[in-house]
Amino acid sequence: MSTQSARAGEPNHARNFAILWAVATAIMVPVMIWVIGPHIPPGDMTNDTRAQHDVNVVLSTLAMPVLMMVWTFLAYAIVNFRAGRSEAIADGPPLRGGPRIQLTWIAVTAFMVVGLAAYGTIDLLTAAGHSGVGSGEGPNPLAKPASAGKALQVQVIGQQWFWSFRYPAYGGVETPTLEIPVNTDVEFHVTSLDVVHSFWAIELGVKADAVPGADNTAFVTAYRKGSFQIRCNELCGLWHGHMNSTGHVVSGPAFTQWIAAQETKYAPVTKQLPPYSTSYYPIPTRNG
Amino acid sequence: MRARLLGAVATLAVLIGFVVVYFIFILEEAPPAVSAVVNGSTAEVTLQTVASYGRHPYPDWVSYLARDPSGKWQHSTIIHVPAGTQVVHVTLYEYDTSTGLRNPFFAYVRGTVGGTMSVNGAPVSYVNAASPAHTFTMPDLNVNVPLPGVNANAKNQCSVAPCNTSEAHNTITFSFRTPKPGNYRFQCIVPCALGFLYGFGGPMQTIGYMDGMIEVS
Repeated sequence: MSTQSARAGEPNHARNFAILWAVATAIMVPVMIWVIGPHIPPGDMTNDTRAQHDVNVVLSTLAMPVLMMVWTFLAYAIVNFRAGRSEAIADGPPLRGGPRIQLTWIAVTAFMVVGLAAYGTIDLLTAAGHSGVGSGEGPNPLAKPASAGKALQVQVIGQQWFWSFRYPAYGGVETPTLEIPVNTDVEFHVTSLDVVHSFWAIELGVKADAVPGADNTAFVTAYRKGSFQIRCNELCGLWHGHMNSTGHVVSGPAFTQWIAAQETKYAPVTKQLPPYSTSYYPIPTRNG
Repeated sequence: MRARLLGAVATLAVLIGFVVVYFIFILEEAPPAVSAVVNGSTAEVTLQTVASYGRHPYPDWVSYLARDPSGKWQHSTIIHVPAGTQVVHVTLYEYDTSTGLRNPFFAYVRGTVGGTMSVNGAPVSYVNAASPAHTFTMPDLNVNVPLPGVNANAKNQCSVAPCNTSEAHNTITFSFRTPKPGNYRFQCIVPCALGFLYGFGGPMQTIGYMDGMIEVS
C-alpha cells in the first residue's frame, strides 16, 4: 500500500484507510459493549450464565476492531481500487518483503490468540467466584467451588429419551421434572443409563455430557426464580430432538414443599430404586 | 474440460438420485395412520404388544400393533385422534413376557386420568419394577404406563402377531386427557430389543415397532 501511496497524484491510502478504520472501531466498540452486549446470550439467571455472558461480550468487543478492519478495507478497496469498464483485467504488481508489516501481523494475532486463550482458561477456572462456568468436569472436578460437597446434590439421569432427576439428600427420590431453589449452590451429577446424552440447561448455563457408567459434575447457583429449558445436546437416537424438558428455579420454601410432595408421591417406586450411586452401568436384569 | 465437467455433473446426478430413492424408500416404509374410534367425547384406541412381529422385514422384533375402526389389526404406531375429543381411552393387550425396567422409576403410573391404570380389571398405580414387558410412555405429556408381562411359564403364549385374546395376555386400560392439536410421541422404555446391545436399538429406535406418534388434529 505504501508503494501505491508513493505514486505521484495518488492519495495516501494507508492514512485514509487507517482513519476510516479508527472511526469505525471507535463507533462500534461502544455499540458492542453498551447496545448489543446486554442482549448477548445466555442471560444472567445464574453465576454461570453471567460468566459466560461476560466472556461473550469481551470476545465480541475484541473481535470488533478486526471485523471493522476487514469491512472497512473491503469497502475502501471497492470504492478506490475498482477497475473501470474499459480496463483490462490484470493482476497488480507483486508485493515482496515488508518484514515490519509481517512481524507486526504475527505479533498482534499471536498476542490476541494466546491472550484470549489465557483469559478463557482463567475464566473457566475462577469465574464469578465459582468454577467451571457450568461445564461438566468429570468425577473429579479440577475447578471446584468452595461449596463443593456441601451444595444441594442433584443427579441428572439421561435415558432414551427422557430426563429424570434424583435428590440423594431427600431419600434418593427420583422425579420427572427438575426444580432447584434460588440462591443455593447446586451440584449436578450427570450420568446416563444407555447411550451418551448431553444435559444442557440453557438458561442455567450448564452443559455436561451424560455418559453411561460415568459421573460428570457441574455446578451452578441461580440468582433469580424462573423457568429454564433442558435439551439433549448429543445425538442420541430416534427421539433425540424431542428429549426436552422444562426446569424451574423456585424459592426455598417452595422447593421444600415441592420435594416433600415428590417424596410422598413417588415413595412406592423410590423403594424399588437402586441405592443412590454416581452412575448406573446399563446391564439389564434380563432380556426377552 | 467439457468431458470432465459432464462427468462431474453425471456423478452428482447419480448421487442425488441415490439420496432421492433412499428417501422414497423411507417414506414408503412409514406405517399408515390408524384412526381412533370416536365415542362421544372419548377417542378409543386399541393396541397390542407382541414378542415378535413375525413378518417381513423384521420378523423377530417386538412390536406394537393398532386396531383400526373396522377391527383389523394394523402394523402401525401412528394413531390419529380427533382434536374435539376430551379423553383418549386406551385398551392394550399385552402378550409379551417380562423383561424388567432398567430404571424402576418407570414402574409408577403417571399422567393418566386418576393416576391409575387397570390390569385385568384391577386398579393399579405402580408395579414391581421387574414385571413390565413394555411401557406406554409419552414424555411430552408426562404419561407413563408400565405394562406387566405375562407369566413366562404361561401356556398358549402368542408367538406371531397379531395375537388374539385366546392366547396368554394381560389387558391394560387407562385414559389420558386429549392434548391440544399436535403430534405426541410415545415409546417403550423397557430395553426389550432382544439381540441388540443392552436391549437398545432395532425396534426400540423404529416407528412402527416400539415407537409411535399420537396425532391430534
